[in-house]
Order: sequence, then C-alpha cells, then structure tokens
Amino acid sequence: MYKYDSYDQAMVDARVEEFRDQTRRRLDGTLSEEKFRPLRLQNGLYLQLHAYMLRVAVPYGTLNSAQMHVLADIADKYDRGYGHFTTRQNIQYNWIKLEDTPDILADLAKVEMHAIQTSGNCIRNISSDQFAGATADELIDPRPYAELLRQWSSFHPEFLTLPRKFKIAVIASQTDRAAMKLHDIGIRIVKNAEGEIGAAFYVGGGMGRTPMIAPLIREFVPLDQLITYSEACLRVYNRYGRRDNKYKARIKILVHELGADEYKRQVEEEFAHLLTLNIEPPIAELERIKAHFADPAFEAGASDALDLSDPDFALWVERNTLPHKQAGYTIANISLKPVGGIPGDASAGQIHLMAELAKTYSFDELRVTHAQNIVLPHVRKADLYTLWQKLDAAGLGTANLDTIEDIIACPGLDYCSLANARSIPVAQKIAQRFADNGQTGTLGELKLKISGCINACGHHHAGHIGILGVDKKGTENYQLLLGGSEGDDTSLGKITGPGFDEDGIVDAVEKATKVYLAQKQEGERFLDTYRRIGMDPFKEAIYA
Amino acid sequence: MLDYLRFREDDTPDVSAVTVDAFLDQTNAAAVRIEPGDDARQLLPHLEQLRLVEVNFPSFGDGRGYSSARILREAGYQGELRAVGDVAVDQLSHYRRCGFDSFFPDVPFNPEDAQAALDRWPYVYQAAADARAPIWKLRHGDQG
Repeated sequence: MYKYDSYDQAMVDARVEEFRDQTRRRLDGTLSEEKFRPLRLQNGLYLQLHAYMLRVAVPYGTLNSAQMHVLADIADKYDRGYGHFTTRQNIQYNWIKLEDTPDILADLAKVEMHAIQTSGNCIRNISSDQFAGATADELIDPRPYAELLRQWSSFHPEFLTLPRKFKIAVIASQTDRAAMKLHDIGIRIVKNAEGEIGAAFYVGGGMGRTPMIAPLIREFVPLDQLITYSEACLRVYNRYGRRDNKYKARIKILVHELGADEYKRQVEEEFAHLLTLNIEPPIAELERIKAHFADPAFEAGASDALDLSDPDFALWVERNTLPHKQAGYTIANISLKPVGGIPGDASAGQIHLMAELAKTYSFDELRVTHAQNIVLPHVRKADLYTLWQKLDAAGLGTANLDTIEDIIACPGLDYCSLANARSIPVAQKIAQRFADNGQTGTLGELKLKISGCINACGHHHAGHIGILGVDKKGTENYQLLLGGSEGDDTSLGKITGPGFDEDGIVDAVEKATKVYLAQKQEGERFLDTYRRIGMDPFKEAIYA
Repeated sequence: MLDYLRFREDDTPDVSAVTVDAFLDQTNAAAVRIEPGDDARQLLPHLEQLRLVEVNFPSFGDGRGYSSARILREAGYQGELRAVGDVAVDQLSHYRRCGFDSFFPDVPFNPEDAQAALDRWPYVYQAAADARAPIWKLRHGDQG
C-alpha cells in the first residue's frame, strides 16, 4: 500500500500544527465558533448532539496494522472505547473533546493518517473498491488513481470552499462495489479499443434529498490528463454550482439543471484551456505511486483445499469469503453487524485484534467497506480456519455478509444533530427478527439500508430495501422503499406508501420478504423478484 | 492589526474600482471589482488597461472568487489582484496560490496569524497560479 515520503509527511505534519493553532485561538476566544466552524469541519470535527465527533480519513479504505492499532488506541484514550466505521470507508469517534483533537491528529500523523477534508464543502476522502488488488474481476488496481487524486485534492487552493461537499469514487471493474454512480464524480478505469488505459467520468450522482444516478460525461480520459480533466469538472462546478440553497448546491443539481450535454460542453471548454497550463503530474508520478500497490509476495502453489467439517465455519466461508485472484487465497470479510450490535461499531479490543490478524494472515493489510465492514484482502486458505476461530472468539465471526442482517445504518438520532429519527434501534430489531425467524440464509443477498433523515447517509435510496426515518408531528416515523441498488445496475428505491412506527416498520420488512419468498423464481434475489413483479404485490401484503 | 496586506513592489494604484457591468460599458476604467456571480472571463479582452482587480468575498464560504483570480492570472493578467470582504486569515496561502497579491479584509488581520498562515505549507501538491513547484515536480524534476 501507499507509503508517505518526506513531502507527504511534511504536509500532514503542517496540517496538525495548523489545527493546533486554530484550536488554541478558538479556546482563548480569538476565533468565534462561527469562524472556527468551517476550519474544524475541514479537519473532520463536527459538533453533534452530545459531543464533538471526529471523522478520520481512510484513503480508499486501505489500512495497515500499525494504523489500525492507532485507531484502537484513539478509541481507548480519547473516546469511550469504540470506533464507528462509516459508509465512506472512514472511521468516526463520537465522544471527542475539542482540546484533545490536535493531539489525536498528531497521533494519526505518526502513522501516515489524518482527518483532512473529511467534512466541509471541499473534496472529501476518495473512496474505492474494497476488494481492489485482490479481486479477479478488476482491470487493474484502482487505488493508484485514487491516491493521485488524493494528493491533487488535498489543500487544493481553488476548491476548499465549493458550493457543497464533493465526493469522488474510483473503481476499475465492471462490478461496482463502491456505489460509483451515486458520487459527485464516479470514475471507472477502463481500456479503450486501442488497448490503452484511461478513465470514464460519471458526474452528478448522489443520494440526499434528491437522489440521482450520475450520467456518463466522458467515456475516456487518457491517464496523462486525469487531473486536468478533474480540475475542469471542479472549476465549472465551483463557478456555477448553486449557492443560494444548500439543498440544491450539490453538483448533481447543476448537471441536472444545465443538462448533462451542456455541463459536458462547459467542462470540455475549460479542459481545453487547462491543458495549455501543464498542471498534470507526469506519468512517472503515477508509476511511482503504482509501485506502492504491487502484489504482496503470494505463496506460489498455495492449496485451495478447505476443511469445511465445522458447520459454523462452513457457513462463514460460504457467506463471508469471496474468490481471490491468486490461487490458494481468499478475500475474508469481517462482519461488524452482529445481531443486536450497532452497525459499523468495533471496540478498541476488536480493532487491535483485527490489526494483529491482518499482520499475521493478510500481508499487513485491511480494508474498510462502504457497507461498514472490514476486509482482510489476502488470506491464505490454509490459514482460514485458524483465522475464523480467532475472529469468532472475539465476536467478529458473524456469518451474514450481504444478507438482511448486514444493514447499513447512519448514526441517526442517537448521535446526529441532523437526524429526525433513530436508525440504530431499527437496525437492531430487524436483525434480531430475522435471526429469530431463521430466514436470513433463505433470503440470500438482500441489502437493507437505513437513514435517520433525508440526507441519506445510510444510503436508503440504494437499498434493495430502504428505510427512511422522518419526523411526523413530533414522533419518529419510518418510510419503506423497495428496489434500490448501488451495483452495476444502479437504481433508486421507490416508497411503498404511508410510513410506520418502529415496530410497524420491522413487521413491514418481514411482510415484504414473505412476498419475495412466495414469488421468487429459481436464482432470483429479492431485488430481481421486485423488478420482475413490481411494487403492487408488495404493497398489497404490507398494507393488508 | 493589519488593515491591508500587499505583496507588490509597485505603488498602490490610485484608482477606484467599478462594477464589471460598468467597466464593460466604459472603456477607460483601470480598476474593476468582481462579485461572486460575475464572469471573470468577460474581462479578458481588456486586461492590458487594468491596474487593479478587486475580487469581493461577501462571505468566506463563497469560493467563486478563487476561480476568478486564477482565470485572470492564467490569461496573463499582471496587475494587482486584491481580495476584499470576508477574507479569512487562515486561507492566506491559498489566496496567494490562486494569484491574489493584496488583501483588504473587512476585519483586520492579526499580524502573527497572518504570517503563520503565509508560512504554513512547506510544499504544495498542485500547480496553481503561483510560482511554487508542486510536489510531483520536486519528485521527478523536469520529467514532467
């Protein structure tokens, strides 16, 4: 994985000192909260319902064990012993003191980590495919391109006060595991007819109040123009994105209002101009970065044999591991969704353990997924049973990846100052219901996502089943959506009808799954059946 | 406290800025003031006659002025480029990178904070409107 050189380290260290100085000025009263707010937000520090929340960047979701250990240390030393992995492949701490924050950032900088631009109206942490470099279905590892974009977007002087936040995802496979088309810019690394590698740009996707799937703006940007084209996309947005209404300020609204063709025309014009300025890093820089992402030293001829005589292990292998590009290896997913737990939460002890296991069994590498789980990307099959036993003993062996128990949920009204309703208890009740009725396995792949308000941090629009918490005359109410997807076949869910109370929504979800089980044809997932039979049969059952 | 910060050797132009609309109507003005909604590219045919361009930041969070500044410098504008309004001391080095060479903030800067902000970044990651070599250039020399 990427390793800082003295330049990268100097930039992160400078940021720590900048924030230490800003915090000092805030604490001595020189800086008002109003003036401090945008500064702290660009360092990932939010003021939530009960305390400050700090969001730490995990660039493209990749971590090593030393970094993971520090994340656990921070949870112990500055928080209440937990970290919360997020849908942007980052980690958040919910009980942070302002005066501790500069020291936390200094601890992070020692292991090449930071909280730069994890919030605020700027280019956020770049996300990517959690299986990059491990999966057999990718064209090339997308992370070097994400790292190139990380450096370009860090402290970009022109783009630190955009109309609104700006999220970029980079993938390099047909299977989209990063919800790429639901980002402000989604980039897919592709090969053209001449066999050259380049980037397809999708611009103007997003969730929130007005969910939109990003249109393709350019089929092929040559690799030696990637930064220049990105700069053109951003400049048009910075100049013409709406600033009169924060709910209409995302680039999706600009692209929608201009029309994709007109936005594209303006970008092309700006691009032609920027190409004359030589702002593109040389290909040698991309090659330098790529060298950091070389394959680890896989053991040639490692065995693919697995002893599945332990049924619990066999179930975990079936549900939580995926094919690796290297024979004898597998991609192991650690579910942070134990029944009754808080989706994405891990204790300091669990984070330390995952770090140790990554060091021993996965070439010192971990990934955070946008579904709020952890991946050990390169595990030798011969080590898998031992690994699973250690995970299981620490409550990390839950076998429910991509099932109805593997719920994405935002922090909701338990923590968030924007929320209208709680998300976590709903997630817990649903997972419990299906653990009790034993249907989790029968239902197969079923992505359920819960947001506690229309800002959609829990990605409810993209859930096969989505749940949106709203405030209805002072009480929490939950709307049900069906048919969303974040994959290659990205679609937005539709609301079934009137909302439910907390117990009612759990019942409604169960009824929807019964319709699926009654109607499904051979090989169909919940989403496939919904797409075939439509909303009506579900509505009839849910509102009967 | 600093009411005014300037990084030019020449004398401050003794001219008052007119709006972009007024400037485009009258051909002899030497100073213009760009508001966030103005298109800086409308000024490009007239850069020779301009000695001062003020870019107004009515609020810190409206970053359109950064693009306006770079567009002018990219087109070769050599005159004074002044940030006025809600100019944030913590962003000084970023304004400088976009081509601003003078500052007239609504609230005067604390001189120590201003100096700290100007000296903050030992390196820069991107090419912009200033002369600083980006990190990629330092890494690879003239291969770029």
